[in-house]
This record gives sequence, structure tokens and C-alpha cells, in this order.
Amino acid sequence: MIDWPLISVTIFLPLLGALIIFLIKEDEVSSNNIKWAALWTSVGTFILSCLIWVQFDNHFSGYQLVEKYKWFSDFNFYYHVGVDGISLFMILLSTFLTPFCILASWLSVKKRIKEYMMAFLFLETVMLGMFFSIDILLFYIFFESVLIPMFLIIGIWGGEKRIYASFKFFLYTLSGSVLMLIAIIFIYQYTDTMNIKDLQGNFFTKQVQIYLWLAFFSSFAVKIPMWPFHTWLPDAHVEAPTAGSVILAGVLLKMGGYGFIRFSIGMLPEATEFFTPLVMFLSVIAIIYTSLVALAQTDMKKLIAYSSVAHMGMVTIGIFLVNRQGLEGAMIQMISHGIVSAALFLCVGVIYDRMHTREIVSYGGLVNVMPQYSVAFMIFVLASIGLPGTSGFVGEFLIILGAFKFNTFIALFAATGIVLGAVYMLYLYKNIIFGTLTNEKLKEILDLEFREKLILYPMIIIVIIIGLFPNIFLDPMHLSVDLIISNYEIANGK
Amino acid sequence: MENNFFNILSLPEITLTILTLVLLLVGLFQKKNSFKNVCNLSVISLILIIFLIFLNKNFELANYNDFFTNSAFIQFFKILVIIGSLSTLIISKNYFIELKLTRFEIPILILFSTLGMMVLISSNDLISMYLGIELQSLSLYVVAAIRRDSLKSAESGVKYFVLGALSSGILLYGCSLVYGFSGATNFQEIQNNLSSIDQLNLGLIFGLIFILVGLAFKISAVPFHMWTPDVYEGAPTSITAFFAIVPKVSAVALIYRFCLEPFKDFYSEWSQIIIFLSIASMFLGAIAAISQKNIKRLLAYSSIGHVGYMLIGLASANAAGIKGVSIYMTIYVAMNIAVFSIILSLKRNDKFIEKINDFSSISKQKPLISLSLAIIMLSMAGIPPFAGFFAKFYIFSAALESDLIFLAILGVVSSVISAFYYLRIIKVMYFDEKENADFQIIISSQSLLILITLMLFISLFIFYPSFLISISSYISVDYFIN
Repeated sequence: MIDWPLISVTIFLPLLGALIIFLIKEDEVSSNNIKWAALWTSVGTFILSCLIWVQFDNHFSGYQLVEKYKWFSDFNFYYHVGVDGISLFMILLSTFLTPFCILASWLSVKKRIKEYMMAFLFLETVMLGMFFSIDILLFYIFFESVLIPMFLIIGIWGGEKRIYASFKFFLYTLSGSVLMLIAIIFIYQYTDTMNIKDLQGNFFTKQVQIYLWLAFFSSFAVKIPMWPFHTWLPDAHVEAPTAGSVILAGVLLKMGGYGFIRFSIGMLPEATEFFTPLVMFLSVIAIIYTSLVALAQTDMKKLIAYSSVAHMGMVTIGIFLVNRQGLEGAMIQMISHGIVSAALFLCVGVIYDRMHTREIVSYGGLVNVMPQYSVAFMIFVLASIGLPGTSGFVGEFLIILGAFKFNTFIALFAATGIVLGAVYMLYLYKNIIFGTLTNEKLKEILDLEFREKLILYPMIIIVIIIGLFPNIFLDPMHLSVDLIISNYEIANGK
Repeated sequence: MENNFFNILSLPEITLTILTLVLLLVGLFQKKNSFKNVCNLSVISLILIIFLIFLNKNFELANYNDFFTNSAFIQFFKILVIIGSLSTLIISKNYFIELKLTRFEIPILILFSTLGMMVLISSNDLISMYLGIELQSLSLYVVAAIRRDSLKSAESGVKYFVLGALSSGILLYGCSLVYGFSGATNFQEIQNNLSSIDQLNLGLIFGLIFILVGLAFKISAVPFHMWTPDVYEGAPTSITAFFAIVPKVSAVALIYRFCLEPFKDFYSEWSQIIIFLSIASMFLGAIAAISQKNIKRLLAYSSIGHVGYMLIGLASANAAGIKGVSIYMTIYVAMNIAVFSIILSLKRNDKFIEKINDFSSISKQKPLISLSLAIIMLSMAGIPPFAGFFAKFYIFSAALESDLIFLAILGVVSSVISAFYYLRIIKVMYFDEKENADFQIIISSQSLLILITLMLFISLFIFYPSFLISISSYISVDYFIN
């Protein structure tokens, strides 16, 4: 064991990096230093988070590496952080994606590099803090703080309609999450504790649970996002810079799923049982409807954005099945989607940087000029569809397996969603990569350069590792997931 | 109680009166630089008064025919008032000099107004309350119109005077009704006389409502807010700063004391009014500010909204409410001083900032100033991790403790609406890429010091909250024991 506060160092290392960057004066020469400083900070954070994984004990169901300090003098609010099987991979996902985001913006971000890198590192700190926190108010503080850097990233470095998109993103998610604040204060006054671990169980009457559940739902359903609260997502994705979309799809959407597992199922089991049909209904609509919407898109980023909503529909089905296959499938699906959709956005970013258009019709026949790119893109498209051997398969397979135990129709609809997913992803791939090279400008396009290979190849490796050896990722989850499920079953008398 | 010189009740007020009169003479007899000197001396005397308030431990004696009283709550708010006044004097000194408004009467009037507020906060009698309000307001009417050559300033002064006089009249009428039906003007006596009845009669209800209306005018709660945007816009910005920060503190403290002391047994009567004022202020403050173009009008509506949140603490009428309002008020004062110290020292193309659009493209030239302004705006919107979030958090906790869940929910909803216009300022500063303008910062070292301190307070409050929170916990406990 290590005797220094590993988790706090991991959380605040990016913030320290941001402060150091703040002190660098920005000019022509130092902008490279700023990029390198940001990159090394995020790589260091990734190494630290891997260290946490190494330290992690798979045979222990509760929180590990816990740090707890009294914070506010007047009520039981602690700086209380730790890691368990559910948060571990969310954390690894965040630290894994941030260096790639910084690498991806190496050349494409040309103005205000200093503020950009600071925003990303600050974002990493708050994301990590959110996944690590064991205190609900601490969770809320980090959960809301995420809005600030993301708002700036979309608004300053985004596309043409960036102001509209950034305001929509901010206000939409803020209005969802303020009700959670009321719920948190209520929970504290009801139970006199803010400790997530102590609150796991069934402490409220069913009536109270229903109100609290709705308050939490309003926040997480907007964040994940579920149909019909998803309309901010396509705008935010399209207008955000590539790295912003990557972090948005890769990590921020997972905050909603994480919140559902921790709060809705963990703390409010009876209300969860009560609302499960509603969630299933919305998820099925999300899967079918947004898949069809994705099919009609002409903008690549928008297509992937809608596909995210559909994939997140799978995740919510998995979560609210509350059985082992479903929950673990949802977790794996979140990790897989985090990497795959991030990679797809990066792939779009690669050609966008060269051609400055995201319209599907302006591409076609890229396989002739960019063979390596086509292969990488192919793998991610197949992973997104859920081809066996890739990460997408494991998650979707487990979720459908769990869904069959629950209700055959749900499984049927979920499977339809996978088929539709194959339709729009292959449509996207066919139109961009295959066909004849008609656009004159495309003939000069260059294949992947070293920096882009450095981004995409590790992601391919991870996607295949998850697909072939899912147990590496499932083993640490088992006990934490079982704890939640047994809690849920006891509360509902199963 | 030890019989100590510092424990003489209202020693701070007496000292301030004497010092102000002395400063008036200094101003009169000095030919050169009278403004600067009087300004500096006023700051020094206010600092002295803070120490006197700290040293005063006399919580028991209510002297001068029980006109005045003292408690931890009162002392806390008095200190806030004085900090507000002295910071306004410091941050606005350069602005006055730039505007060539170097009349030594300004700091004197501000001191008199501060004195009125101190009397107001610690008043224990309807008469001393009225005395305090009038001393505060009369000085404010004059400073609002201090720029005699400006049409807008004169207009704002007259508007403020007419409406203020009207509200004072209503307040006085209410006082007379309360006196007539309860037979006392002293707060404790009113409470004692009313304790025997279980329901207020019509005269007392009217008296209560009239007094609350008069006070609502002073804190500019909706629907008695109409003067606020016009006066804020018309007055010189430094005076606006004073209006936005200091009179709010005293009037909010008094409205708390008035409801919770003489009328504390009649919660159901006044709580309806307070809840209505609170909801109306929060929503009007949020919605009306959206379309504003002038930064001072925007801040006027923002202050109306903040008053709405502060009244939530009163509507909850518990220890948590007192704690919440002390924290909220402190953070509110800090945020407003910070934002005004920026506005007062920022020039665009040799003109002071008036419009919100004047901030465009500032983030490239003055990254630190725009970062500070962005942090203040996010804090005002109540976005964690900045101080404003904790202000709202404590207020909503108080509301939930009194089962006012709907009030808390309306509060968070209006805070989302208000987030829009706070974000708009950030948008203007960071997102808009318009023509390059030339920004200058004229800031004295003292006001820079104040700005830096406040920025550290606002952004690092999350790391060391216990200081303010333990003080306000003490105040709330103390308030409900006595």
C-alpha cells in the first residue's frame, strides 16, 4: 500500500498543471511549452490512475483508498473520496481520454491555447473529483463545476453556432441539476449524513423516494441524455471542437449513467422499481427513434451524436434491469462507448482538420487515398455496431442477455436498435470511405500523420482488449455491482 | 458586565457622529485637496469604528430609553455595513477624481448615511428605526443627485426622493397604527403587549403591512423596486456601487429584526407577505435583467433578485435562516464590491464602461480582469465551486428546514433563469470577436488590494469555509437564545 493520498494527488494534479500553465506567459515560443505542460500533466494523471488500478483490491466490495477530512464546521460535510468497482473505470476512462484530447487539439486549436489547456485540465480535475467523491454534496459541486470549462470550450473554440450551443448546453444541464441540489439538502436533513456509502440502502418511505428519484432523474436524464431530454446534445457536439466532443461523448455522458447507478438504484430502490417501466419505455424510444434520426443526418458529427443517444438508451436499459448481466453490461457499454465514440469523433476530426467540412456528401472514396485511416475508422465503426471481438459486443451482449431475463420485448427492441445501429454506421462508412473519389480536393488529402496514429492506435488496442478479455474489466466490478443488486433486492422484497 | 469604556452602548455611533462632524470642518476649512483628504480620513475613521464595534461586548444594556440594542447579529451586520462603505469609498475615489466630482461632501454624506444605517440596524424602537431610515435615506437622496450638471443624475435623485418620501410616509403611518393598536413603540413592549392576543386585529395588520411595504421599498423588493434600475443607472457609478451594496445590508437586517422581534408570534401573518416579496423579487430580478443593455441596470435587477433569495431566510424564520442570510449577505457584499471595483476602474477607449457590449474583446487585452469578472458572474449565478453557490446552498437549506420546499424549488428555477444573463456577460467578454478596443485600467493600489482579497475570497471560499460559517453559526445561535 501507498501511504500518501494517492486519490487527492490524482484529482488535483491537473489543477496544479492548470495553475502552472496560468503562470506561463503566452507568446509564439511558449505556446509549445504550454501544450507540452498540459500533455505531461494529463499523462502523469493517467499514470497515477493506473496506479490506483494496481492498488485496487478486487475482493473488496466497498470503497478503497478512502480519504476523509472534515470540511464544513457546521454540518456533516466531508472531503471524502475513494474508489470502488463502479467508479474505477469511469476514472480510468477520464484520465485515458484527456491526453488524447490534448494531442488532438495540438494543431487544430490556434487561438488562446493557454486558456484552452487550462480549461481542459480544470475539466479533468472536476471530472475525476466527481467520480471519486463519496459525499453527495462534494459530488454535486464537481458535477456542476463541469459546466464551466465545457461552456467555455464550446463557446470560445467552437464552430459557427457555438454561442447558441454553449448556452443551450449550460442552461439545459443546469436546469436539470438544480433540483438535485434540493434533493441533496433534503436527504441531508432527513438522514443527517451525506455519505454515499451510508446512504446505500432503503432509508426513505416510498413516497419520499419517488420525489427524490424524480429530482435525481431530472438531472441525470438530461446529462446522459435520455429521449426526450437529448436535444442539447447534437448542438453541443456539432459546435464543440473535436476534443470537446470527445470529452463530452466519452466522459460527460457517463456522469448520468454513473449517477443512476449510485443514486437512483443505490439510494432509492423502491422508487427505482416503481419507475422502471418509464425508464424502459423512454430507453426503447431513444434506441429506435434516435437511430432513425441518425440515419437521416447529413452531418457526420450529428450522426455520431444521435448514435450516442441510442447507445446511452442501451445503457439505461442495462442499468434499470438491476441484474448482474444488465448492470455489468451497462458499465462495459459505457466504457466501450466512451472510447469508441471518442475515437469516432477523433476520426471525424482528422478529416475535418484537412477539409473543414463535416458534410457526408463532400467525402467519398477516401479508401483510395487514406488506407490507414480507413482501417482505423473501420474498426471503430464495427466496435460501435457491436461486432464480436470488439468492446461494443461485450456490453450489448450482456445487456440483451439481462433483458431477456427481465422481459422479452425489451430485449427484442434493444436488438432492433443494434440492427439499426449497423445500418446508420455502415451507411456513414460507406459514403465516406468507399465509392469513387469525385471531390477534386480530396485527391490531395494526406493519410494519418504520426500524431494521429499515436491517438488512434492505442484506442484500437483498448477496444480489442475489452472485446477479447472483458474479465479484466468485469472482475473489479463484480462485488460492487453485487452489493447494489442485493441492496435493491432486499428493499423490494425479492 | 465589566464597566469598560468600550462597552458604552452605541459608542461606535457616537464616535462616528463626532468624527463625521470633525471631517466636515476639515473639508470646509481646507482649500486644496479637500476631497482626497476627507476621503482618506473617512476611510480611517470607518476602520476605527470597526474596531470599536469589535471591542463592544455590551449585549445586555438597552440604553437611552431602550432606543438601541445590541447583539451578535447586529454587530455582524454593522461591520458589514462599514466594510461596504469603506470599500466603496476606496474603490470610487479615483472615479470621482476622473469625473471631476471632487466635492468633499460626498464622503461626508456617505458617512452620515452609514451612521443612519448603524442606528437603523441596532434600533429597538419604532422611532429610532424611523430616525435611522431617514438619516440613511436623506443622505442617499443627495448623493444620488450629486452630479448637478447631469440630467440623468438629477432625475435619479428626484425619483429616488419622491418615491422614498412616499415610502417613508407609508412606513410612518404603519408605525403610528402599530403604536395606536399595541400601545407601545418599543420592540420588546410591542411583543409583550401582543403576546396576550392570538390574532392581530385589523389595525395591527395594516400597521404591519405598511411598515413592511416601507421596508420593502428600502431593500427594493418587488413590487416596490421601480426606482432601483433608474436610480442605479442615473447616479454616478460609484454612488451606484454604494446603493447596491450598503443600504441593502442595513434594510435587510432590519426587516429580519422587525419580523422576528416585535411580531415573532405572528409568523403566519407576515410570512405570506415575505414569501410573496421573495418569489416576486427572484423572478422579476431574473427575467427583467435578460433584456438589459446597461451594466448598471443589469446589476440593479441582479440585486433585486439577490434580495429575493435573502428573504427566503426570513420566510423560513429559523436559526438556519439567520445563518443563511449572514453568509449570503457577506458573499453578496463581497461579490458586488468586486464587480464594482472592476467597473469603476475600467476604461474603454477613454470612456468608462456603461454598456454590457463595452466588455467585448476585453478578454484578450486584460485576461486577468476578465477572468475575475467571469468568476464573479459565475459566483453570482450560484455555480459551484465559487462562493455564491454556498450562499444559495445555506439559504435553501434554511427553507427546507422549515418545509418551504416550493420556495426552494422556485429559488433554484429562478437561479437558472438568472444564470442566463450572468453568462451573457461572459459571452460578451470571451465569445464575441468584435473590433479591438483599447482598454485601460486605472486602479489605485488600495482598491487593487481590495479586489485581490475579494477575488481570493470568492474563488477560494470552498477551501476554507469554516471561518465565515462558524461566525454565522454563532450569530444564529445567539439570536435565538436571546
